[in-house]
Amino acid sequence: MNSLINLKNLKRAEIISDIKKAAEDFQSLNFMEVCGTHTMQIYRAGIPSILPSNINLLSGPGCPVCVTPEEFIDKAIAYLKEGYEILTFGDLYRVPGTYGSLEKECSGKVKIIYSPSESLEYALNNSDKKFILLAVGFETTAPLFAAVVIDAKKKGIKNLFLLCALKLIPPVMRYLLETGELKIDGFLLPGHVATIIGSEAFRKVCDDYKKPGVVSGFEPEDILQSIFILLMLLKYKSRFLEIQYRMAVKREGNVLARREMEKVFQKTKAKWRGIGEIENSGLTLKEEFIEYDISYIHPLKIESQVFNPRCRCGEVLRGIISPVDCPLFDNGCSPQTPQGPCMVSSEGACAAIYKYGR
Amino acid sequence: MCLGIPVKIVEINTDEQSAICEYKGVRKKIDLRFVPDVKLNDYVILHAGFAIQKVNQESAEQIYELLDKFEEFKES
Repeated sequence: MNSLINLKNLKRAEIISDIKKAAEDFQSLNFMEVCGTHTMQIYRAGIPSILPSNINLLSGPGCPVCVTPEEFIDKAIAYLKEGYEILTFGDLYRVPGTYGSLEKECSGKVKIIYSPSESLEYALNNSDKKFILLAVGFETTAPLFAAVVIDAKKKGIKNLFLLCALKLIPPVMRYLLETGELKIDGFLLPGHVATIIGSEAFRKVCDDYKKPGVVSGFEPEDILQSIFILLMLLKYKSRFLEIQYRMAVKREGNVLARREMEKVFQKTKAKWRGIGEIENSGLTLKEEFIEYDISYIHPLKIESQVFNPRCRCGEVLRGIISPVDCPLFDNGCSPQTPQGPCMVSSEGACAAIYKYGR
Repeated sequence: MCLGIPVKIVEINTDEQSAICEYKGVRKKIDLRFVPDVKLNDYVILHAGFAIQKVNQESAEQIYELLDKFEEFKES
């Protein structure tokens, strides 16, 4: 496998040598990233292969598509069958529910969008049709969906609804630390989530559990620097949070985006695929905007079947097993024939390792 | 999914709180409501059609340099 060390980049080589030296003070360390973009970059750049053997990188529940429960896809398919058209990010299109995927079931009535704001155009230009926007993502993306709902209300749009599965990162970190299922020595924290919610939101988690975290940028250099900073935080124990992605992350985050998100959504109990329900870890529409919540306007009862029991995405998402330990990995499950969400999304740990990691 | 890249603002439409941004010669309309104080030639991080934070030119150029290096690496 190509590794970063092949790059003619002294700066990078220097960081790697600093990491190796700093890691000598420790036995074995598990660092978890909770960001799909980090997962993809880590494997794309071959970072695990150049780290000292006592540093183990674990992919946590940081890929929004991967943590979206099977029932959500089943529900979206059920709405399609009721005559709605679905608007979604491309990542979700091929994810299997317990019956099938949006792609397999009704591809003609599913439109892939790049930005949630495109949904307003669809609704305005097709007043005879009803659209459901699949709201999936973390705090980075939630303000965008909030903006769409606010605009829809302002423009008097009545044929656009949200099917909401938005999720929050700090509560799932707390959940992982509370269960203690896994030894986590530090977190690589998502730079763009922190751009919105602010570093302070992560500082609280890190301080509460005395667990180091570094808000990291997305280039291989950023990730390597963040790993080095994690080692320094562990060594000196003077504080638990540091920001590497300083170009975009402020203590308070993006106040306007947070305000918009808080105006439209409230926290709710949410189900994470492979993990289960976590209190206050998801977002749902507030009373004032309830006419845009399809689950309220047109509740559908669906009965999901049992999902492929051999798929171990749940344990991959909790960092308990590596994708290669799943019996289906490259044995019936590949990006061409995905059996679970971690292989569908390009940000899923299985897809990243399949493509770059071996 | 939380992917974001720095882009340069090349046109501003203050009425709509939108702008045209440019990245590698491609121009795109983006929403500025979360970062309303940008000026022409500023850089912002673009996420799914919305600017989510202003960044300085130096940081943006550093990212471009790293991205280019990565492309060279992949091709080599």
